Amino acid sequence: MDPLLFSTLVMFAVVLLFLLPSAAVAVYAERRVSAFIQNRYGPNRVGPLGLFQPFADVIKLFLKEDIIPTHANRVLYTLAPMIPVTTAVITVAVIPFSEHVYITDINVGILFLLAVASLSVYGVTLAGWASNSKYSLLGGLRAAAQMISYELPMGVALASVILFASSLSVVEIVNSQEMWWNVFRNPLAFIIFTIAVFAEANRSPFDLVEAEQELVGGFHTEYSSMKFGTFFLAEYMHIVIGSMLITTFFFGGYHLPFAGYWLPEMGPLAKSILDIHVFLAKVVFWAFVFIWVRWTLPRFKFNQLMRLGWARMLPLAILNFVVLAIILYHI
Amino acid sequence: MLEQYIPILLLICLAIILAVSFIVLSHVLGPNRPNSNKLGAYESGMDPIGQARDRYSVSFYIIAMEFIVFDLEVVFIYPWAVRYQEFGAGTFWSMMLFIGILFLGLLYTLRKGTFDWDLVHSRAKKSSY
Repeated sequence: MDPLLFSTLVMFAVVLLFLLPSAAVAVYAERRVSAFIQNRYGPNRVGPLGLFQPFADVIKLFLKEDIIPTHANRVLYTLAPMIPVTTAVITVAVIPFSEHVYITDINVGILFLLAVASLSVYGVTLAGWASNSKYSLLGGLRAAAQMISYELPMGVALASVILFASSLSVVEIVNSQEMWWNVFRNPLAFIIFTIAVFAEANRSPFDLVEAEQELVGGFHTEYSSMKFGTFFLAEYMHIVIGSMLITTFFFGGYHLPFAGYWLPEMGPLAKSILDIHVFLAKVVFWAFVFIWVRWTLPRFKFNQLMRLGWARMLPLAILNFVVLAIILYHI
Repeated sequence: MLEQYIPILLLICLAIILAVSFIVLSHVLGPNRPNSNKLGAYESGMDPIGQARDRYSVSFYIIAMEFIVFDLEVVFIYPWAVRYQEFGAGTFWSMMLFIGILFLGLLYTLRKGTFDWDLVHSRAKKSSY
């Protein structure tokens, strides 16, 4: 098959059949899991086991009144909700679902991921500034400070992954984990990266951006209708994307544990089907961890958040990188 | 080479179409009955006092400056980390030196209390220097 046609097909399949529904399922899963953790029922009326609840919510949000406050900057206020959802969708471009099923494999895949991931800050910060409300502004400022702080440990942790893979291509990085997953070879970077992904996705315990007790809704205080819904959708997409990133860089992507040692040779089609299922199983597991953590840990204070990022995680990530580089250089 | 980027371009178009259609559809489908209470800034039911675009803490600027320094460090590290084993000892140790100098800088700003947002705490610390 023509490679461009193939990647276009993969693209539509991934975005329309996987990413958008997975965000809806993540919303449902979060409500059901949190209900389970807090010993209550959760949504169980719309459809069997409440499965249609997210669709009912989306329809409701579409039919709500769309308000633009008079003091807001109309252009930026409308533009802001589009940015996080756009960047979330673009991120999947370089993530491989199996050795041959991916949208594209560029030789600077990691740089592309980091560049796109840092763009989503603009959505939150612009939303906070454009709404011209004090709660929103505080939420937007916190978002900017928090997300750029946690991007550094994330970047350095990824640099130590590159030491093992000797490539910036995401497929190469996954293939370098065929024998040993990076979580075994590089556990400290895995911990740092996971914490940073939680902070980048604005998930609890790092959800100060929308801390409802102090900032009402944070950056989306003034948003209504599907403009709010788009932020909401983007947040859950970022959970799925974050799970994919952790899986890809540290949990062997589409490889079974130690697959290189024991997995027999398979035909390309059978291998692809197996790989996709392995990958998706890991993503579901990590999405569950995201939800689990939110309903287990309390929220940080902002000074604790900054100190954790700059005084603990960044020095640790740099030391980890230097030690690994010296060890790998001398063996 | 460059044809690998065509799918990304297509994906960006798809993403923008999705995002715009969400916003436009809800604008078209929803009712439109504005009144002054709905359109004002939300401040817990009180009348808003002044504009929101006021001055804010200088700590945010310092964070931004620190970010630029260390982000550049990361950008330098990446290409080096791909091929460091072929470059020889000189390149290896000069990169270690570069990271070391920036690390010292990080320790210095940490000791200075740049990231202590707890004001009382950081003032007490600064006076001891």
